[in-house]
Amino acid sequence: MPQEQNVIYFDNAATSWPKPPEVREAMAHYLDEVGANPGRSGHRLAVESARIVYAAREAVAELFNAPDLLRVVFAANVTEALNLALRGYLRPGDHVITGSMEHNSAMRPLRALEQEGVELAVAPCSPEGFLDPARVAAAIRPNTTMIVLNHASNVVGTLLPVAEVGRLARRHNLLLLVDAAQTGGAYPIDLQAEKIDLLAFTGHKSLYGPMGTGGLIIGERVDLERLAPLMRGGTGSRSEREEQPDFLPDKFESGTPNGVGLAGLAAGVRWVLAQGIEAIRAHEMRLTQQLVNGLRAIPGVTVYGSLEASRQTATVSFNLAGLEPSEVGLRLDDEEAVLCRVGLHCAPVAHKTIGTFPTGTVRFGLGAFNTAQEVQAALEAVRRLAVDQSRSSPSSKHQPAEAVQ
Amino acid sequence: MKDQYSVILVYATTYALRVEKELKEVGVACKLIPVPRYLSSDCGMCVRIERADKETVRRILAAAQVETDGIYDI
Repeated sequence: MPQEQNVIYFDNAATSWPKPPEVREAMAHYLDEVGANPGRSGHRLAVESARIVYAAREAVAELFNAPDLLRVVFAANVTEALNLALRGYLRPGDHVITGSMEHNSAMRPLRALEQEGVELAVAPCSPEGFLDPARVAAAIRPNTTMIVLNHASNVVGTLLPVAEVGRLARRHNLLLLVDAAQTGGAYPIDLQAEKIDLLAFTGHKSLYGPMGTGGLIIGERVDLERLAPLMRGGTGSRSEREEQPDFLPDKFESGTPNGVGLAGLAAGVRWVLAQGIEAIRAHEMRLTQQLVNGLRAIPGVTVYGSLEASRQTATVSFNLAGLEPSEVGLRLDDEEAVLCRVGLHCAPVAHKTIGTFPTGTVRFGLGAFNTAQEVQAALEAVRRLAVDQSRSSPSSKHQPAEAVQ
Repeated sequence: MKDQYSVILVYATTYALRVEKELKEVGVACKLIPVPRYLSSDCGMCVRIERADKETVRRILAAAQVETDGIYDI
């Protein structure tokens, strides 16, 4: 892997890096050898380009066990996919249930829809970030149409009970929309077995593709007539008509797609499939437990979330007593070349749930390319900061974890 | 019968590629070409096959549950 920069990259929860070499190769091949607009012409390069986009659809459908690759709709990112599902499907008078570990990618469109007459219930999660399915069941009303669930918290990594909520949704004839931004590629997801009706995914995290890729998989229970596109425009199909086509995936994919990005996404997903999700998961679980145990052993460090690798993704949040998260992040970068993310991670409701609002946390997001040596080195770096802090200001006035709300 | 062709019209490129995949799997020759203007004003692709394979193709696509816009001689 290209680690010439000699940094410890622990910001995989924001975007994975490095990428498998196959991803760069596929994108270079696309730019150098293919280049034409997929689905807009019939010449050989347009056909080749369309084949590459098709291969990306096929790879994503295989990874998530989608019923049909036509049901994989590409979008610029998971946020666009979530907006399509929420804004496209919900109408004033509908009732939606979500949990209190959501990212703003779902929460902001939901709050905007609430202003337009959609009713919203937020089922409370535990301070560790877990959701009891009974809390969701208790929130169901006669006009409930959809349950929106973040598969895993982007703040503390805790896994939410998708399969149980999926069964609940089926029993009550509700749709289940899952935000798989943090889990797609890092944790097994079976759209059909887990009764997921709408799966929003991103390409640039654990699928190891480039930014600008992602999408929505639309299950067979979703009423396609009711689901409205976010945008309408050229599709390369039904060109004689001035109205948007009504078939998949064209109804929801207008304008020239991100061909070069999808070439990279296909290579990333194939790489994940070749490694095997179980192997990636096992590797990340080992590193996560090593990180959690190591952090907890450092005086002054508070670790949030489950503390058990088996119940979360490879994302770990913590605070160091006496230091603001932003200061920890800056010093880890400047003094230790450990790159992480600090603050609220676009998820204010999750921080309110775990008790770290508005200060936030320091977040280490591990990925498939991280190693036990890197975790050890980062733990030593945090320990140096902690020792330094306890020497310089034993009675600091900053207490980030206990900040007032 | 050589060089006598038919084309399978489809809704969109994704469907053309699906047809191509099904046909290639069973060894039926085909080629993706622009849609002939007199069949449709669509700007997309269709799948050209040997006219002699038309009935075989119909059976294959029906069995694979691939939706098309029909098969036309050109």
